[in-house]
Formats: sequence, structure tokens, C-alpha cells
Amino acid sequence: MKTYLISAAILAAAAPALAQETAPSRDGGFGLGRAALPEEVAAWDIDIRPDGAGLPAGSGNVWTGEELFVDQCSACHGDFGEAVGRWPQLAGGFGTLDGEDPVKTVGSYWPYLSTVWDYVHRAMPYGNAGSLSADDTYAIVAYLMYLNNMVEDDFVLSDETFLDVEMPNAGGFYMDDRDTEELPLFSAEPCMESCADSIEVTMRAAVLDVTPEGDGGGIDLEGGGGGSAAAPAAAEEAPAPEPEGPDPALVAEGESLFRQCSACHQIGEGASNRVGPALNGIVGAEAGTREGFRYSPALAEAGITWTHENLAAYLLDPRGFISGNRMAFRGLRDAAEAEAMIAYLQSAGGE
Amino acid sequence: MTKGTTRRGLLKAGMAGAAGLAAGRVHAQAAPDPAIMEPQPWRTFLGDGVDARPYGMPSEFEAHVVRRNVPWLTADAVSSVNFTPLHELDGIITPNGLCFERHHGGIAEVDPAEHRIMINGLVDTPLVFTMADLMRFPRENRVHFLECAANSGMEWRGAQLNGCQYTHGMIHNVLYTGVPLRLLLEEAGVQGNAAWVLPEGADAAAMTRSIPLEKAMDDCLVAFRMNGEALRPEQGYPVRLVVPGWEGNMWVKWLRRIEVGDQPWYHREETSKYTDLLEDGRAREFTWVMDAKSVITNPSPQAPITHGHGPTVITGVAWSGRGTIPRVDVTIDGGMNWHQARMSGPSLDKSMHRFYYEFDWDGSPLLLQSRAHDSTGYVQPTKEALRAIRGENSIYHNNGIQTWAVDSDGNAENVEVG
Repeated sequence: MKTYLISAAILAAAAPALAQETAPSRDGGFGLGRAALPEEVAAWDIDIRPDGAGLPAGSGNVWTGEELFVDQCSACHGDFGEAVGRWPQLAGGFGTLDGEDPVKTVGSYWPYLSTVWDYVHRAMPYGNAGSLSADDTYAIVAYLMYLNNMVEDDFVLSDETFLDVEMPNAGGFYMDDRDTEELPLFSAEPCMESCADSIEVTMRAAVLDVTPEGDGGGIDLEGGGGGSAAAPAAAEEAPAPEPEGPDPALVAEGESLFRQCSACHQIGEGASNRVGPALNGIVGAEAGTREGFRYSPALAEAGITWTHENLAAYLLDPRGFISGNRMAFRGLRDAAEAEAMIAYLQSAGGE
Repeated sequence: MTKGTTRRGLLKAGMAGAAGLAAGRVHAQAAPDPAIMEPQPWRTFLGDGVDARPYGMPSEFEAHVVRRNVPWLTADAVSSVNFTPLHELDGIITPNGLCFERHHGGIAEVDPAEHRIMINGLVDTPLVFTMADLMRFPRENRVHFLECAANSGMEWRGAQLNGCQYTHGMIHNVLYTGVPLRLLLEEAGVQGNAAWVLPEGADAAAMTRSIPLEKAMDDCLVAFRMNGEALRPEQGYPVRLVVPGWEGNMWVKWLRRIEVGDQPWYHREETSKYTDLLEDGRAREFTWVMDAKSVITNPSPQAPITHGHGPTVITGVAWSGRGTIPRVDVTIDGGMNWHQARMSGPSLDKSMHRFYYEFDWDGSPLLLQSRAHDSTGYVQPTKEALRAIRGENSIYHNNGIQTWAVDSDGNAENVEVG
């Protein structure tokens, strides 16, 4: 554990250019607010520190952790913490921090185990934050340690063993030293005239071409004119309107609403189960029957069909319509949104 | 001018009008200008009455002025960032609807009637405040920039994104109204061994950061208004922390709790993220202060010069987490020769500043840069000077000098020079 003195320079404030009178304190306070009850503080104060402060009693082993991880975390982080897409990689990356492509994982980078425990318990699983018990959290953290070769598969993490753990990169951090290492270098009066023999362009963003479409320039360094103005795409033959199917405007609105769902659900070609089941063919399907997805008992045993009406009712009030199901969504705002969403589910996922 | 006219079209029309320009005043007009000769519909017919727009929105001709994101940067929009369109703005204040967004668990839609702010930890009396309680404390009004520590983070390895919206748009500058955090802490009675506070958000990420007590007692605000009106949901409605001059991640939104302690917590955002990995594989931690920085917003890749030769306005913004910006230098030749820009508008502590450099463009290619000097004497470094100390893996706190190359057509591109 490190303690730091905060240098006066960091906190130094320049004189304000406009008159600014500080809001006055009052001796003995203003008498505003009320005392927090101990149970209220306990309900919110869940934070953990490297010295173990805040850690609840409990324990969990690697195998329980693996089961929980595969069930609740692997959709984004992969079964072995290797990551799916651009979601964070949690394991491996050792020896990469001083290389060209550093991989910062729990094992290779995080300095304290308490940080992992606190974050998993506080904010995971994504879309259902705060749902893991203390024992669940100990188990998942134990599994993450196992994935990072820090412990064997018979390891049990508990509040008693917690402080014995030292993270591999615990010594890899030091206090901001810009005040001594950079400020003296960057405080000289700079050159104003004839500052170089020659100046050449050494790198151009247009070569990489990663700026989102329709934005940004690109230049003609040779000065031949024309610049970057993209020729308008040749007008394509307008496709014949589909004779049937949902209203395209409604589908587009539903697609926009679906962004609230896409952290957990996929739909369309190649969709797979993630935190939530893939939704191809959901309209008209039997509830709780998507292959390979582990449903809550409430949904698995609901025995209903996702008719238009049922789906609308569910989307407006997921927990009210099927009590005890695990979908972490507060519900759409109104019936119009539900109509748009169903139109999109039909359009993107078929029936 | 039809309703469908694009801004680009307008700009091209202006350019055509300027063709043939020599020295002195503008070209002769061959035929009377229809914009003068023909009555426009808005000159003839009545417009909307009051109340047609109970909450006013920008002109339909400004529809392109929006925040934009870079989809490939992150896994999902619920934990992502978009960018302020700096090239479409002037002055120093960022309009509320254009302030960039960064969320870690999506936008929390908080009902203020059900929002509570708790102070606990090393205090004499742990307290709970409602929003109504908060409104009864003395308030302050201050303008401050909020810059994400990752602003320009994509540019460490070289010029990558074409547009100051993308290279520098993780910043906004807003007038905040709020209660000094000091008053809330004093109300609870901070104990003698206290040294740190931990603000926490009410969102699905329950965002936390450790902040030294000294800073908390100095100039942090618990803010509920931005530019006069309630905070926008994406900026932390109903209440957020303001941590002047320090990296944006610390300005916890949807603020619901402040714990007082004797040590930092070393939570996720101050260990695995927002630490600056240097070349030797070790990382700086607690890099809170935002170094002095500037960027030319116009011209820039999204805002080319379209008017041809002659009088040309270069403008941009500058800011420092250590104070004010008394001076900005501008070069049009890639740093061979520099000129002091003209500062304009309020010069406020830890706030954005506006600068201008006016010159007559002769149509030759330009290499534009700006260089900020702050009130402590710090001078914005080149990217090369930063890399020499930090390497290319730090992600955060890239305040190096930006170069735009402008060709003879006035188009601009993000480049590096050497």
C-alpha cells in the first residue's frame, strides 16, 4: 500500500479572471439532510480496498467460479477470459506491457485483487449489475486467478485467504511524476522564427482511412486539385417495394430501439446466444426453447408462445409479465415502441 | 434556396461566387442576385407562432451539427464515447446537446424525487440529502472544461482520424451551478485521519474514483445545472461531480454517494484504466491533471477552406488543467515560423479559451498548428517530445501539438510533420 502527499502544484489554482466569491461555510453546519441509518449505509457502501476493508465473509472455489463464469460472463469475455470481439480480455498478456502491443488483463496488469472483487461485485454481469452474491464473487475471482495461472484448480478464495494474494503486476505502478519529469522540459520559451531547416509531412491519416464514412477530408498533397470530394455513388436502381411485411419506418424505429438490447441479444445472420438468447425466429416461438441457452426456471417453465400480444406485454414489463425471469431490462416506454420492436424482430429474425 | 439544400452545396455556391477574385473588393455581379431580387417564402408568409416549439431546437439547416462516434473503437454503444463537433462551434461554451458522451453502463434515467446523496465513512455523522436539501446550500457558478483523459488517445502512434471532432472532441466547456463539495463534507464533519473521498454514481456501472480530500475541499462542485438548465441525462442528471482541471472520468455522473476514507480505494477506473503505461512496461497512476492543450478547429478536415484566396480566419480552442491560457501561438508552415494568436472571450480558470489568427491566404498549401501556453508557464509540447518520454502505449493524456495539412483547394487532413 502506498500513501502519497499531494503536491501543492497539483492543487494550485490560478487567480480567477472574474470576481468569484466562494460560497460560505457555516459554523456548526446548515442542519440540512438527515442522519443515514446504518442499514442504509450498508446497502450502498459495498466498496473494497486493497487492505481488505469492506470485504464480506464468504468463499468460493475455482470450479464453482468456472460454472458461474461460463454462464454469466463468457458471452463477452470468452470461456477462458480470451474476450469476444472488442470486449475486455481478462487473462494472459504476460510479458507484453513493454512491447508494441500491450495486453492489459487481470493477470498481466491489475495491481490489486480487491479491484477485481469490487468491480465484479459492483458492476457485473453487464446488464444485471449487483446480482452476484459474495460467495459467487469469490468464486468468479478465484476462477480469474486460475485463468491467469496464479493458483491451482483446487484453490478456494475467501475473506481469510484474500490478503495472502499478491498480484503479478503489483509493483508496476508509480505516482504521477509529470511535475518533475515533464514540466521543467515543457516550460521553456519556444522558438518563434526559422525554427527548422525543413519540415516534411511524415504521416497522413488518409492512408489509414479509419475515419467514419461521410466525414473528414483527405487532401491532394500534389496540389493537382480535386481533393477528397467523393464522387456520389451511381444511383442504384430503386428496389421494387416488398409487397408485404412490416412497415419499413416501423422496422427502422425498432432497429434503433434494439440498441438497448444489443449488449445482451443478437439477431440476424450468424446470431448466437450471449448474455441473452439469440432472437432469430422469436416471434411465434415457444418461450424458453432456444437451443443452447440456459434460461431462468421462470422462463423455461412459462409455457407460453411469443405471440404478438404476449411479446408486447413482455417487452413493456418483463418482470411483471413473467415474474422471476432474469432479463435485465426495465421495459419499453409504450405500446408504440413495442410495435416497432416486434416489427424489427420479425424483419431481422424472421418468424 | 430549397429546403433540401445541403450545407456542402451552400459552401460550393459561395466558392463559385468568389471565382475570379483578384486584389481588392469582390467580383462584379453580372446579373441581379435572386437572393435579393426574389421574395423568399419567409419574407412573405407567416411563420410558427410562440409555443410551436416549447423547447427550442437549432435551425433545420444545422442538422449536421451533432455528436458522432467511431463505432470500431468500442465493443458496444452502452460503454462507449462520442465526440463534440468542435469544428462547428465558436466562443467558449459548449451547447448542452453537443457535449460529448462517455458512459460505462449506458445513460441512467434517474427520477430526481427518488435520488439520494449519501455522505459516509470517516465523518462524525453519515448523512443523506434529497435534491431539495441540496438546493438549500449556498451555490457557486463556474465555467470549466471537462476533457476525457483519452482525448486524442487514438493518435499516439501517428495521425489516424480525420477531423478535430474525432481527434479532440472528448471535451466540453460548460457553466456549472452547484454546491461546493466542501459544504456537504463539512455538514457531515470530516474526521482528522481522513485523506481521500470516493464519489460513486447511481448508474449500472456504479462508477467510482478516489479523489484526494484536499482537492475535494478545494474546488469540487456537486453540480445540478449546466449552462443554466438542469443537467442532461447523459451528463449525469440530476447531479454530477465537477472536478476542475482533472480528467473527466473523475467527474462522477448521477452522483449518489461520497465516502470519506484514509486511503485510496484503487478501483477499476484508477488501476486497469486511466493509468498511463510507459515504454518500460510500468505505468503512472493518479495522473489527474489535464496538461495544457490546443487545437485549430477551423480549418480542419471536416471544415475545409471553401472561399478561395484572401482574408482567412484560423480559429481554435485551448485549455489547461493548471490555470488559464494567456497565449496561443499559431504556425501556417508546420512550425518554421510562429505568430501569436489573438485571444478572445472570457479567460477563466480551468476553462476553454478561444483564439483567432487572421491572414490573407494566397492559395499555397499550409501546415497548421497551434501551441498553448498556460498561466504556469507550461508550453504545449510536440507529439514527438511526448513520445520521447512516454512511448506510444499510454493511451491517455496525449496533449501533443496537432497538425492539419491544407492543400491548395482548401481541403485539410490530419498529418504529422518532422
